[in-house]
Amino acid sequence: MTMETWLIFSAALFCIGLVGALTRRNAIIVLISIELMLNAANLNFIVFWRHGVNAEAAAGVMTVIFSIGIAAAEAAVGLALVIAVYRHFKTVNLDKIDSMKG
Amino acid sequence: MIMDAPFLIAASLTLLSAIAAISLRNLVHCALCLALTFIGLATLYLQLGAQFVGLTQIVVNVGAVAIVIVFAILLTRSGDSSDEPRFNKGAVWGFLIGGGVFGALGAAINASSISLKAAAVEPSLTVKQIGQELMGRYVLPLEAIGLLLTAALIGAVIVAMRETPREGGRK
Amino acid sequence: MEKLDQIFVTLKALVLGLVPEPFQLPVSILLSIVPIMLVFPGMFALTTVAERKLLGRIQNRLGPNRVGPFGFLQWAADGLKTITKEDIVPRNADKVVHFLAPVILLVSALLAYSVIPFGRNMHAIEIDAGILFFFAVGAGTELAVFMAGWSSRNKYALLGAMRAIAQMISYELPLLLAALAVVMAVGSLNPVDIVAAQDGGRGWGGVVPNWFVFTPWGFVGFVLFLIAAAAESNRSPFDLPEAESEIIAGYFVEYSGMKFATFFLAEYLGLFVICGMGVTLFLGGWHAPFPWFWCDWIPSWAWFLSKLVSIVLLYIWMRGTLPRLRIDQLMNFAWKFMLPMGLINLVVVGVWKYTRPWDYFGAEAVRWLVCVALLAVPYFLLGRNLMSHRKWGPRTYRYAE
Repeated sequence: MTMETWLIFSAALFCIGLVGALTRRNAIIVLISIELMLNAANLNFIVFWRHGVNAEAAAGVMTVIFSIGIAAAEAAVGLALVIAVYRHFKTVNLDKIDSMKG
Repeated sequence: MIMDAPFLIAASLTLLSAIAAISLRNLVHCALCLALTFIGLATLYLQLGAQFVGLTQIVVNVGAVAIVIVFAILLTRSGDSSDEPRFNKGAVWGFLIGGGVFGALGAAINASSISLKAAAVEPSLTVKQIGQELMGRYVLPLEAIGLLLTAALIGAVIVAMRETPREGGRK
Repeated sequence: MEKLDQIFVTLKALVLGLVPEPFQLPVSILLSIVPIMLVFPGMFALTTVAERKLLGRIQNRLGPNRVGPFGFLQWAADGLKTITKEDIVPRNADKVVHFLAPVILLVSALLAYSVIPFGRNMHAIEIDAGILFFFAVGAGTELAVFMAGWSSRNKYALLGAMRAIAQMISYELPLLLAALAVVMAVGSLNPVDIVAAQDGGRGWGGVVPNWFVFTPWGFVGFVLFLIAAAAESNRSPFDLPEAESEIIAGYFVEYSGMKFATFFLAEYLGLFVICGMGVTLFLGGWHAPFPWFWCDWIPSWAWFLSKLVSIVLLYIWMRGTLPRLRIDQLMNFAWKFMLPMGLINLVVVGVWKYTRPWDYFGAEAVRWLVCVALLAVPYFLLGRNLMSHRKWGPRTYRYAE
């Protein structure tokens, strides 16, 4: 496995997430897409750690561990926001949530 | 080529389930496909020799994030919105931007001069070493993450909490 | 002595010697998997009969007594019945998810067995983060339960699944904290190392085995682990998700025939493996309880299995005697009692570990006293707090929006 293959793979995963975030109407799918993008970035860190010159330093692995923690916090807050928005607008369709004054 | 078979299987599984996760109509199916993507990524981490990260990925993302997403889907009753169109108004631009970004990234990766080879021996990073790093060099980020998670937890509860009118006072 | 202990390891090496070189890896994998897939489902079959017999004894009736001697072939009759039954899938069900749920449940239950050391040199895989692997595989259980409940398109199934997931998430924290105490004391996530750390004995010439259950924090951790394990595997008194008198059977109402049997099997396999983890963490794994006593001839795997069976019998006893909890009692108990106790237990492990170098006269007694006090005071305070919020009043009803 060359490093380029890994990088192309994670770029593809990132772009799938990007397309999902930009095109879908549902707020929850947008959150799912953001999770995909975060995970693609995590994969890149691990790939560079594995192929890097100083693997003993473990910086890549540490970053990913912290990143997983942050992703969990992001998911919790994001979904709480979605639930609050749903309670207010009775929908999670992003095209319909367009008034700034509730 | 036969050596790459595990990678090919896991990578295609991950990509296909990721595509399914953003394109299916039923939101619960999307969440389940997301869980499958996480599992596929975890196997890729294991192939790269990052055992601890791969298993943490499953514990946190499959065990917690996917479940929370599923709960949110059920609480917002958006599981069966089959009559609405899936994509938003400006979806074409979204596809174009996504394709453009992938093209740019692919070109950049192909053109880059750094092509590092994987170390011949797998870097052995034991859980003990990770723990010592976390408690040594990375102790400040660790504390910050702890604080962030606590704040996020409290924040999430407060945001999602039902606003009940207080008795005998202004709302 | 040595031969009986290592009989399975020697057998495997013997068979592997007969196999040509390129096939050694797959055959070795097969030889590790097949015994697990035979022994524990076999144990499941026997446990179902034993459970019904014991419950019958507790409830003053006979239990199954028709098939075979004393009814001990009942499992064969039950198995035949479930295999030959019609498999009914509800018309509205999500067919694919409905089919996958029992499969995922069974697979995740079986995967967890791979890190448990069943005896000396007897473990399917040895990985550095074995305990983490165990809990990672457990994550599949929650997802499978949700899939079963959601895909059935049945409100009782969905209610049961929601109860099950809420309960599993709440009790996973005390379970993890209890396991973490042992991990902290040993300094390793590897089950093989954890068992090795509980070798030998201490006190009065090694009368007391070095199991972690015989330390203050280990005892508290073991009790927390037992309670949380009962909740994780939906055993009574925590069997709300499948409360047959309230929501008929919870998330697997809409399953019949072999799929229902798969759920049943997976549930018991999950129970056995979590008990096996408890034995590994707190009861010394495969070590004999009397290190000073002449019992070398009993093989290590027999010790492991007998400890496992005793815990399973304890759960059957609990099922026969305790009533089911209410959902608010369940949640209060998890978050207001188990979780703080688990956290305090971690502190006590730290104290225990760092008072080890003390070596003046009576240091051991002081150490015990400090640790027990650190655990007993919060226990009484938390318990009183839990009890004091009991309010009796007219029943109120809340309806779904």
